[in-house]
Amino acid sequence: MKRHKVAAALALSLAVLVAGSAIAAMKMIPMQDIKTGFIYIGPVGDGGYTYMHDQGRTYMHEQNPDLPKSVIVENVPEGPDAARVTETLVRRGANVIFGNSFGYMDFMLDVAKRYPDVYFMHCSGYKTAPNMGTYFGRMYQPRYLSGIVAGAMTKSNILGYVAAQPIPEVIRGINAFTLGARSVNPNVTVKVIWLFSWFDPGKEKEAAKALIDAGADVIGMHADSGAAPQACEEAGVYVIGYNNDMSQFAPTKHLTAPIWNWGAVYDYTVKQVSQGVWQPDQIWWGLKENMVGLAPFSEAVPKSLVETVESRKKAIVSGEWDVFWGPIWDQNGELKVKDNEKMSDGEMLGMDWFVQGVEASIPK
Amino acid sequence: MRLKTQKRLNQPIWLEIAIPVGGLVMAFLVSGVFLTAMGVSPMEAYREMYYSAFGDSYGLSECMVKAIPLAMAAIAVTLSFKMLIWNIGAEGQIFMGAIAAAAAARYFPSDNHVLMLFSMGSLAILAGGLWAAFAGYLKARWNVNEIITTLMMNYIAIHLMDYFVYGPWRDPASLGFPMTAPFPQSARLMEMGWGRVHSGIILAAILIFMAWWVFKMTRWGYEIRVIGENPKAATFAGIDYVKNVVVVMFISGAIAGLAGMTEVAGLQGRLQHGFSGGFGYTAIIVAWLSRLNPIAIALVAFLMGGLLVGGESLQIVMGLPIASTLVVQGCILFFILAGEFFRRYRIVIAKEDV
Repeated sequence: MKRHKVAAALALSLAVLVAGSAIAAMKMIPMQDIKTGFIYIGPVGDGGYTYMHDQGRTYMHEQNPDLPKSVIVENVPEGPDAARVTETLVRRGANVIFGNSFGYMDFMLDVAKRYPDVYFMHCSGYKTAPNMGTYFGRMYQPRYLSGIVAGAMTKSNILGYVAAQPIPEVIRGINAFTLGARSVNPNVTVKVIWLFSWFDPGKEKEAAKALIDAGADVIGMHADSGAAPQACEEAGVYVIGYNNDMSQFAPTKHLTAPIWNWGAVYDYTVKQVSQGVWQPDQIWWGLKENMVGLAPFSEAVPKSLVETVESRKKAIVSGEWDVFWGPIWDQNGELKVKDNEKMSDGEMLGMDWFVQGVEASIPK
Repeated sequence: MRLKTQKRLNQPIWLEIAIPVGGLVMAFLVSGVFLTAMGVSPMEAYREMYYSAFGDSYGLSECMVKAIPLAMAAIAVTLSFKMLIWNIGAEGQIFMGAIAAAAAARYFPSDNHVLMLFSMGSLAILAGGLWAAFAGYLKARWNVNEIITTLMMNYIAIHLMDYFVYGPWRDPASLGFPMTAPFPQSARLMEMGWGRVHSGIILAAILIFMAWWVFKMTRWGYEIRVIGENPKAATFAGIDYVKNVVVVMFISGAIAGLAGMTEVAGLQGRLQHGFSGGFGYTAIIVAWLSRLNPIAIALVAFLMGGLLVGGESLQIVMGLPIASTLVVQGCILFFILAGEFFRRYRIVIAKEDV
């Protein structure tokens, strides 16, 4: 179970931000003395989620040549082991520690309290401390854009979605994907299959096949392996990847993919620390900060469609518009976001309902 | 010249020591080749592993934290193994114990520390015990293969826990994340003032002693072994086979259930998806390496804890990928287990026979 962006009420995060700015800044560490430690939920070679974090780590080093070599620990389960790994990293000299999965939250916080001079950054959680911040990305933005592509490319008007866990992060992604698709093709419906797992290539493949059998001709996904794209390539059905460019798994059928650029936040953090201005913020960056993006479009995507996506992206980056702007109706036709109103971050983080057009239910 | 194997009639003391030591040396040699190929000094890697696990008080405390559930679960399976009943289901029984403990904390909360832990422990014993006793009854009554039933029941238990943490017990404050709310403080095991070591260590020590006492000193412990060695003879001698199998499986599962309870009440403080990390399976290796000797289990569980704790240092200090940790750990376990063969058999040069 990993890294869900879990809702912190907006008020809470504001309170944390205010409290954060009141706390005296932590001691500056010169770049050449920063020792970063990374705690990964998966192996670097998973070709998906952890792989992209490690790409971000590499980017951080490229941008900061003076930064000493970092330490990584792979496959750390979300249990008491996480506390030991965190503590051992500190004891072996790491002074800036990143953990990339939600379930590390309490264990990292525990260690953070005991080492007030060490910086902690926790991905996707909501608990902070004077020396612990959080970071995550507005993946719903590129998901919306990829939905536009899917909605325009479908012939059957049925899209499929291989979905990891029934939690707000994933639900938000499905909704954004659906809104994107229906913005260019109002007849589209989206079918969802839950995996109840983040990384299970066997199940991911089966889910993709089942969706294809149900008539879907473009498959989106929120899972960590390349198994669903492989199934799509075999079945001759278009696919939208996730995490990173998954075209290697579906060379002729991969259209694009919403992807992570974790390097943005890793680079930012070590720079803040080395300048002595780091704050225990709750970072939630989007397309604008380049924390998330889209993989290159395949040749199957027509030029005009690329232009549509680009113009919509521009609106999001400029801040004049965002994905969850009203009017938005839920599955039962109830108006959830009023015309010209924008959902708050808190509402987005706690999203537990589907928009109109999703043909699935959320297990309670 | 031909080599052939010959069963040893007895195991001299020197052999009991030489076999694990020899296995360790072989493991170090083989994984040394691998580590050299990865570009690191094997000696340095082993020193780091050793230091991380046993080099300071913190490392030792973490080995102990691992050893507590491992030793308890190993005692659990040992009990059934003595009877040649193969309870592979300690993992599932650990989960049942953890679920029961969480249920107690949820439905019968009490501010009284002793009362709270008592109700958690009792429910954990019942849940783990009945879970195992069911497989035991099927075995004793209808000769249903207990390896299959206990193994399969593991998956049921794991999914049952998922049902609760994803469903009715999900912490509303976690907004979607599959875990229960934190237990109240009264439902947490005491800390012992040594790292994260909790009072489960006392329970583990008592269980180890009791197991030793039962096998060494009691008539019932003797009966268990007789049943294991020859169920038919035992029945003729007037020992109730069905009853004994069910009772032994119940106790075995109960101990594993307690291990699950100490893990959630001692370390985790809540029920969370995938909390065990396979202790129930590792415990089988521990029991086997200890040759089903309760006192040896204490030592082996601790060393196994060291192997798990020390493995991380290969990544943290030596900068090696996780796969290298697994290879080194795997080598050590493989050679020590393989050594068992040489303990029981000797290799002799066969005379030429036509």
